[in-house]
Amino acid sequence: MGIRSWIEGWPVYRQLTGDDPTGRGAAVRSTRTGQLTARTETADSMARSVCPYCAVGCGQRVYVKDGEVTQIEGDPDSPISRGRLCPKGAASRSLVTSPLRQRRVLYRRPYGTDWEELDLDTAMDMIADRVIAARAATWEDTDDQGRPLHRTLGIAALGGATLDNEENYLIKKLFTALGAIQIENQARI
Amino acid sequence: MGEQSPASAGYQQPPPRMGFFTDTSVCIGCKACEVACKEWNQVPDDGLNLLGMSFDNTGGLSANTWRHVAFIEQPRNGDTGSGMRWLMSSDVCKHCTRAACLDVCPTGALFRTEFGTVVVQEDICNGCGYCIPACPYGVIDQRRGDGRAWKCTLCYDRLKADLTPACAKACPTASIQYGPLEELRERAQARLEQLHEAGETSARLYGHDPDDGVGGAGAFFLLLDEPEVYGLPPDPVVTTRDLPAMWRRAGLAALTMAAAAVVAFLGRRP
Amino acid sequence: MPQQDLVNADCIVIQGSNMAECHPVGFQWVMEAKARGAKVIHIDPRFTRTSALADLYVPIRAGTDIAFLGGVINYILSNELDFREYVLAYTNAATILNEDFRDTEDLDGLFSGYSPKQRAYDPTSWRYQGRQQAASTEDATSEGMAIHRQTAAGLEQESHGPPVPALTERDETLQHPRCVYQILKRHFSRYTPEIVEQICGVPKKLFLEVCEAWTRNSGRDRTTALVYSVGWTQHTVGVQYIRAGAIIQLLLGNVGRPGGGVLALRGHASIQGSTDIPTLFNLLPGYLPMPHHAKHPTLEQWIGDIHQPGQKGFWANARAYAVSLLKAYWGEAATADNDYCYDYLPRLTGDHGTYRQVLNMIDGKIKGYFLLGQNPAVGSAHGKAQRLGMANLDWLVVRDLYLIESATFWKDGPEVATGEIVPTECRTEVFFLPAASHVEKEGTFTQTQRLLQWREKAVDPPGDCRSELWFFYHLGRIIKAKLAGSTLPRDRAILDLTWDYPTHGPHDEPSAEAVLKEINGYEVATGRPVPGFTELADDGSTACGCWIYSGVYADGVNQAARRKPRHEQDPVASEWGWAWPANRRLLYNRASADPAGRPWSDRKAYIWWDEEAGQWTGYDVPDFERTKPPDYRPPADAAGVEALAGDDAFIMQGDGKGWLYAPTGLVDGPLPTHYEPAESPVPNPLYGQHTNPTRMIYDRPDNQLNPAESEVFPYVFSAGRLTEHHTGGGMSRTVAYLSELQPEMFIEVSPQLAAERGLTHLGWAHVVTARAVVEGRVLITERLRPLRVEGRIIHQIWLPYHWGSQGLTTGDSANDLFGITLDPNVLIQESKVGTCDIRPGRRPTGPALLEYLADYRRRAGLDGASGPNGASRSSGRRRSGGRTDPGKPGRAAGTRRRGKNAGAEGE
Repeated sequence: MGIRSWIEGWPVYRQLTGDDPTGRGAAVRSTRTGQLTARTETADSMARSVCPYCAVGCGQRVYVKDGEVTQIEGDPDSPISRGRLCPKGAASRSLVTSPLRQRRVLYRRPYGTDWEELDLDTAMDMIADRVIAARAATWEDTDDQGRPLHRTLGIAALGGATLDNEENYLIKKLFTALGAIQIENQARI
Repeated sequence: MGEQSPASAGYQQPPPRMGFFTDTSVCIGCKACEVACKEWNQVPDDGLNLLGMSFDNTGGLSANTWRHVAFIEQPRNGDTGSGMRWLMSSDVCKHCTRAACLDVCPTGALFRTEFGTVVVQEDICNGCGYCIPACPYGVIDQRRGDGRAWKCTLCYDRLKADLTPACAKACPTASIQYGPLEELRERAQARLEQLHEAGETSARLYGHDPDDGVGGAGAFFLLLDEPEVYGLPPDPVVTTRDLPAMWRRAGLAALTMAAAAVVAFLGRRP
Repeated sequence: MPQQDLVNADCIVIQGSNMAECHPVGFQWVMEAKARGAKVIHIDPRFTRTSALADLYVPIRAGTDIAFLGGVINYILSNELDFREYVLAYTNAATILNEDFRDTEDLDGLFSGYSPKQRAYDPTSWRYQGRQQAASTEDATSEGMAIHRQTAAGLEQESHGPPVPALTERDETLQHPRCVYQILKRHFSRYTPEIVEQICGVPKKLFLEVCEAWTRNSGRDRTTALVYSVGWTQHTVGVQYIRAGAIIQLLLGNVGRPGGGVLALRGHASIQGSTDIPTLFNLLPGYLPMPHHAKHPTLEQWIGDIHQPGQKGFWANARAYAVSLLKAYWGEAATADNDYCYDYLPRLTGDHGTYRQVLNMIDGKIKGYFLLGQNPAVGSAHGKAQRLGMANLDWLVVRDLYLIESATFWKDGPEVATGEIVPTECRTEVFFLPAASHVEKEGTFTQTQRLLQWREKAVDPPGDCRSELWFFYHLGRIIKAKLAGSTLPRDRAILDLTWDYPTHGPHDEPSAEAVLKEINGYEVATGRPVPGFTELADDGSTACGCWIYSGVYADGVNQAARRKPRHEQDPVASEWGWAWPANRRLLYNRASADPAGRPWSDRKAYIWWDEEAGQWTGYDVPDFERTKPPDYRPPADAAGVEALAGDDAFIMQGDGKGWLYAPTGLVDGPLPTHYEPAESPVPNPLYGQHTNPTRMIYDRPDNQLNPAESEVFPYVFSAGRLTEHHTGGGMSRTVAYLSELQPEMFIEVSPQLAAERGLTHLGWAHVVTARAVVEGRVLITERLRPLRVEGRIIHQIWLPYHWGSQGLTTGDSANDLFGITLDPNVLIQESKVGTCDIRPGRRPTGPALLEYLADYRRRAGLDGASGPNGASRSSGRRRSGGRTDPGKPGRAAGTRRRGKNAGAEGE
C-alpha cells in the first residue's frame, strides 16, 4: 500500500475531502467493507437440491467453495416454496457441516462398554457375513402345508422416509431377494 | 442532528434507501428469520436457555441474535372460539434515519451504507461500547469474549450483490418484506387499510413515520397491539437528540485540530 | 392436491394437523388464500401457531374427531346441503346395499358380521345389492379380515380399488331405504350438535360456525380444502378419521377440483416415496401387495387378488405391472415358464409390522436389525420396548448422520439408569455407519403431493460417510460374491437378482440415474425407457421397478430434474419435477367438470371436454382417458379401463365412483363410527361399544394400557412436533441454531390443571402412564384449556416428543409414554392420545423409577395386583406427591366401563 492510498484510506482525510463531512458514511468505510460481497457470488459451484426435513419439498440451492458447503438457501424458482425455508431448512448448512456429525465407522462388540473404531471395508464384510448367517439360521422354505414361504424372519429393517426413492428401491429389492420381509419405515408410524 | 440520507452520507448516486417491513399479522413464529440470519452471518448461538416466555427462548435482540421473534399470549375472554390471541413478531435493528449508535461511535466502525442502512464494521470496532446505551431500542450489543459490538447489517454483503437479506428471503409467509423503503411504506399503508377494513382495528404501523423520534426507521412494523406489548418502546427518541448543541463547539474545535494535523502531515510528504 | 392449490380454496379446514408449525413453508399458501379472502379454520386439542393465524379456532378433545366430522356429515345431510349433482354423478350415494347390512345404530356400535372370537368382521353383508363382487372367498370371512388386519391390507388400497362389481343397482332419487345416501343419513343421525358438544367438548355455536363455513364455501362456484396430518393417522381409528373427512368432501363436491380435496401433509422428505416404493412389509413397489402364503401361492392367484375380473379401472392391467416388476428384479432369469420367478418372492404369514418386530426382538426371535435414518428409541411409540428389543439382538446396524439414541441405548439409554440394560450383559453387536447427507448424494425425494424432485450432488461425503445407495449396492455385491457357487435353492433369488448398476467416483458410488431408469421401466429387448405405465406389457417384454413412477424417465430424460422457474410457467407448474401418475398434479380432476364435461363454474374451471378437439383439456394432465367423451357408455360386458363410463371420474375405483360408503376393503367397518381412544377417561355416549372393536392389540405384560375411565390416570395427553425440531431430534437437537430455539423438554398444561396439581411455571413435573414416567419443565399456558365433556371437566396435557439422551439438548422422550395399540387397517399406532397422571417435581431415578411405575400400575388395577384402594404400599423413594388423593373414593379400574365390550379389550 502506497503512502498516498494509505492517507486516502484514512477516514478523517476522506471525511474532510469527500461528501461525508460528518464522517458517518462513505468516508469511514473500511477496505474490508468496500470489498465485501455475498459469499454465494464467489462460490465455486451451486447444486439444486431439496430440503431433507419435512415433506413440503422446498427447493434449496447449495453453494460450495473449496469443497465445503458454504451456504444453503431457498431456491426462488421453486413453485412450491418460492425460495422460502423454515428454521430447519434454513439450518441445513449446519446440519451437514456440523462438527458433531459422525464421520467414522464405530463398532460396539457384544458386551462392550464403549465404541471402537472399525475400518469401513471390514465393517461391510462383517455385516455381509452376519446377514448371510442370520438368514441361514432362520430360513423358512415352506409352510406346514408345503406352500412356499421363501423367507427369513431373522432380519428386520426400519427406515426409508428420509432416503431417496432410488435407495428405497435397492433396499426393498435386495431384502426381498434375500427373503427378508420385515422391512418397515416411518410411513407405518 | 439532521436526517442521514445516503446522499448526505457521501455516496454519489446512491441506490434508493432499502429497508424491512415486518408485517406481524402474518408471522407464524417459525423463527426461520433467526436461523437464516445466523447461518448467513455466522453468528454464534445464544446458548440453551428455556425462558418460559411462551415459545421465545432467545429473549431479545443481542450480539448473537439479530432477528428475534417475540411471542405474546393474550387471553381474551368472551371472544369467539379462540379465547385467546397469540401474537408473534420478528424484531430487528431499526436502521434509524437518525441513528444514535452511529452518532456516538468514536471509531467510525458504525457507518451508514449507500442503502441507507446502519452497519458495524467488524474490522474497525474496538469494543468501546458507547453505541450500546445510545440505542433507544436496546438493539446493539457487545459479544462476550469478543468485546465488539454486533447487530443486524441488513445483510450488507448480500445487498451489494443485489440479493435479499437472509431473513426476508427465508420468511415462509412474507411477514418480513425487503425493498425500497418508499415502496414498503406504501405497501404497509395498503395492508393497514385492508386490516382495518377487515375489522382488525388494533392494527397499526410502528417506525414508519419520518417525523418520529428517530426520524423514521429503515425497518418498520405492522403491529396488532401497543408497541409495549411486543417489548418495543412506544415513543423512541434518538438519544443523541441534544448532542448537536453540546458538540457543535467541541466538535468544531476537534475537527480544526485534526485538520491541522493532516495538513501538517501532508506537508511533510516528499 | 398440490399445496399451491390451497390458494384457490374459499375455505380451508385444518384438523389433525399443526400445519403452520410442522409445514411452515407450505403454510404460505394458506396465508395467501387467507389474504384473498378464504376462511381458515383450525380444529385441534391445543391452540397452536396454526390456530393463531386461523380465522376460527375450535378446541376439541383429543381422539374425538369422528364425532365432530360425523356431526358435520349429519348437518349436511339433514339440511340437504350436499352438492347433489356431483354426489349423484360421481359418488356411490345412489348405490343400493345388500339386505343383510346392519348398521352400528342397530347393533349398539357394531356393524353386521362381527365375530367376537376373531375380533374381526365378515364383510359379506356390507356389500352392494345385486351382482356379487367376486372377492376371494378367504376375504369374505371374519378370518379373512383378520388376515387383512394382520397384513395391513388396507394400505394397499391407497391406490387400488378393492373388488366391487362394475355395475351396481342404483336409485337416482336417493329415496331407497338401502341406498348409500339413506344409510349414511341414518348412521350419522345421532351425531347432533348436542352430541358433538358432549363428546368433543366443542360448544354448539362453534361447531355450527364450522358447518356453516364449510358448506357455504362448497358447491358449484366455491371449494373448501381439508388438510390433515398424523393428528389423524395416529389413532386406533385413524383410517376412519380420514374416511370421515373424505365423505364430507365428496358430499360437498370438493374432490378433484381446484381449491378442494384432501391434503395429507406428510412429515418426512420422502415418506411418500418410501410408501410408493415401499420399505414396508406388506407392499411391493406401486402398491402391489406382498404375497401371502395362503392367499397367493401362485402368480395367478396373486394377480387375481389385485384385480378382480369384471372390475372397472386401471388396476385391470395389474398383471403388466406385476410381471414387469418381476422382470426388473430378476431379468433374464424371469420367464413365462417359471412365472417370472414369482416363487422367489418371500411370503407373509401375518403381521410383520414394525411393532410386531420390536416385540419379537424382546422375545429373542430376531437376530439382526438395520436402522436407516430412523431413530425408534425416540421416534416410535413405547420407547422402552424399542430399546429393550434392540438390546436383545445379535447385531444392529445403524446408519445415520449423528450418533442417535438408537445407536447408544446400550450405553446411556434410560434403561441403563434403571438397571434394565446392563452394558456388560447386553449382547447386541452394534455397527454405526455414518451416512451421506442430502447434499452429498443425488437422487429423488417424493414430497407430500406425489412430486418427485431430483437433487444434484453438491460435494462428496466426508470420511466413511456413504449413501444408502452405496451401502446397499455394495452389501448386495458382497453377499452375491460370498454366495456365488451356492447350489442352495434359497440362494437363487439373490444370485439371479439383477444388480449391475454402473458405478463412478472414488468410492464406486452406484448411479442413481441408472436406478431411476429401472424404476421408470424399459423395453427388455432394446433398453428403451417406456414413456408411461400404459406401455407396460404382461409378457415379460418390459421391465419396470415401480409402475406408478413410469414416465419419470420418459424419452430417456430425467423428468424429476426439471426445474423450469415458476415465473416461466403457469401456477400448476407441470414442468417442475414430475408427479406420479403421469405427471398429473391434481388427482381425479375429471370431477372438476360436470358430467357433460363442462366446468362446474368459470371460477373453478380446471379440466374440461373440448368437443371440437375431441379431447379433455385444461391446466393439468387430465385424470381420464384423453379422448373418451363424457357421454361414453361402456358395452354391457366391458371390463377394466373400457368399462369406465365418460362420467366415471374415480378411475381407480372398481365402480368408478367416489365412496361415501366402503363396501369392502376396510377392516373396521364400511362407515366411520365414533369410538373412544384405547385409553379414554369417559364412556362412549353413542354406543355400548367403547373402542374400535377390531383394533390391533398386543396384550402382554410389557405393553399394558391404562384402563378406561381410570381415576389413577385421569388426564388426556397428546404429543407432537415443534417447528424448531424434527421428529426424533437426530437432525435438530444436534444443530445449535435449532437447539437454542427450543432448548429443553417441556410439558404444557392449562392454568387450571396447574392449580389442581400444584404445578409451577418453569418448575419440574412428570407425566405417568402404565409404561413410563417422563419429566420436563412446566409451561403453563392458556393455549391448553379444560373442556367440558360428558358433564365433567377434562384436562389435556401436551408434550413435544423430540428429546432423548443424545445431542446438544437432552431430555426424556414423550413417546415412552405410549403403549402399542394400532389401527387395524394400516397398523399405525395410537400415539396422539392417551391417559396419564401428572405430578409436580422430578421423577424418581434408578431402580426407584421402576417401583414408582409399578405402584401406579397396581393402583390402576394392572399387574393383577390389588385395586386402587389397596395400593397404598409406599415405596418410600417416591418424590413429591406421587399418590392419588387419599380422600377420593377409589373405584376398581374397569368397573365403570359401560355396556358390552364384545370381549375385545386387551387391557
